Amino acid sequence: MSERIALIDYGAGNLRSVHNALAAAGAEGVAVTADADIVRAADRIVLPGVGAFGHCRDALAGLPGMIEALGDAVIDRARPFLGICVGMQLMAARGEEHGVHEGLGWIAGTVRPLVASDPRLKIPHMGWNDVDLAGSPPLLESGEAYFLHGYAVELDDPGAAYAVTDHGGPVTAAIGRDNMIGVQFHPEKSQGYGLSFLRRFLDWQP
Amino acid sequence: MTVRTRIIPCLDVANGRVVKGVNFVELQDAGDPVEQARVYDAAEADELCFLDITASHEERDTLLHIVERTAAVCFMPLTVGGGVRAPEDARRLLLAGADKVAVNSAAVSRPELVADMAERFGSQCVVGSIDARLTGSGWEIFTHGGRRATGIDALAHAQRLASLGAGELLVTSMDRDGTKDGYDLQLIRAIADSVPVPVIASGGVGTLDHLVAGVAEGHADAVLAASIFHYGTHSIAEARAALAGAGIPVRGVKNVG
Repeated sequence: MSERIALIDYGAGNLRSVHNALAAAGAEGVAVTADADIVRAADRIVLPGVGAFGHCRDALAGLPGMIEALGDAVIDRARPFLGICVGMQLMAARGEEHGVHEGLGWIAGTVRPLVASDPRLKIPHMGWNDVDLAGSPPLLESGEAYFLHGYAVELDDPGAAYAVTDHGGPVTAAIGRDNMIGVQFHPEKSQGYGLSFLRRFLDWQP
Repeated sequence: MTVRTRIIPCLDVANGRVVKGVNFVELQDAGDPVEQARVYDAAEADELCFLDITASHEERDTLLHIVERTAAVCFMPLTVGGGVRAPEDARRLLLAGADKVAVNSAAVSRPELVADMAERFGSQCVVGSIDARLTGSGWEIFTHGGRRATGIDALAHAQRLASLGAGELLVTSMDRDGTKDGYDLQLIRAIADSVPVPVIASGGVGTLDHLVAGVAEGHADAVLAASIFHYGTHSIAEARAALAGAGIPVRGVKNVG
């Protein structure tokens, strides 16, 4: 039986692109869903997200039972979880984009605006950049991926990052622990590099 | 290394067909934007831009279908512009699979449209598209394909769009567009140096040196071109090699930066 993969639709993700990329990476049973029960029963969960952190947090919290279902599936039952862009930022405890908003609180950190340390540095951080691995994180390979974001996760323990990139200084590119991983870059827009990452996520048995 | 300079081929699409097309022999239908998008995806273009120059509203849904088909087979960022007059137009394009939506004329008459779109969808997907011509006192915004003067200063307009929430600016010189004489480097640089968001240089590319100048002298973050790619004058790989040779950071080349 093929796996049940839940791609969470909370009105804030580029769902079609992520769905297309998962399919290209070999996923078969992808359910695009806003239903907490489907997420709770899923074998694997993907949380996309583009736009503002606070807006995304409110939209996710606005789905009845969804935050609790994510906790049940990801924390209690250790289902493999992937957060992409704002979906990754939501894994952090706090966000300061457009006011302070609570995240899912799975990873100790804060989502803060990128600040241009040099006037020639452009924000948003937009384009292809390095994914430099820190230690030996699961699933990730070093390479170049597409980033598109104006806010980033600042980890309470910067040494806990899975990967970093550089935009006028180190920027968190990937975070995770146990059965969860979050990437600031867009695997669904990173051509071969991104699709092979998604393939590894689909095969992941943490 | 730092974020790479992006190379962006732009396809002009009218009534669902590519207006200026390549004659790639491997294409079964060179006028199909999706077929061309696949070629650029395989060539590892950094992004792709569709500019819809369809005259009538009735044909707009054709573009949505093209965006859907493209997003199903291309895994690179896609910017779509042309005819976006309201947040709802942008929403439909984003749902179809566009990653960024460019607004032009409507943001001249109603700059607040940019703020509305940024509020609803996030700045990262709002591209402020600016068509400018050099006039007596500086650069002026023109609409309707460069035919209609507005009296609006291009630099002030660029700064306003960025402050309203555009996450990127696409700056086209209507004096240079189609000339193959190179970008209007003074225009590109004046805007790039005065806004905090990335700038895409557009209009006039005829040689690889023009791409290099757009970055080195124009201070652009991305270079857009149409005909040099479509007519096979140069490949994406050649453009990348030319930028790398000038010390500009690009994808897939490790020894520059």
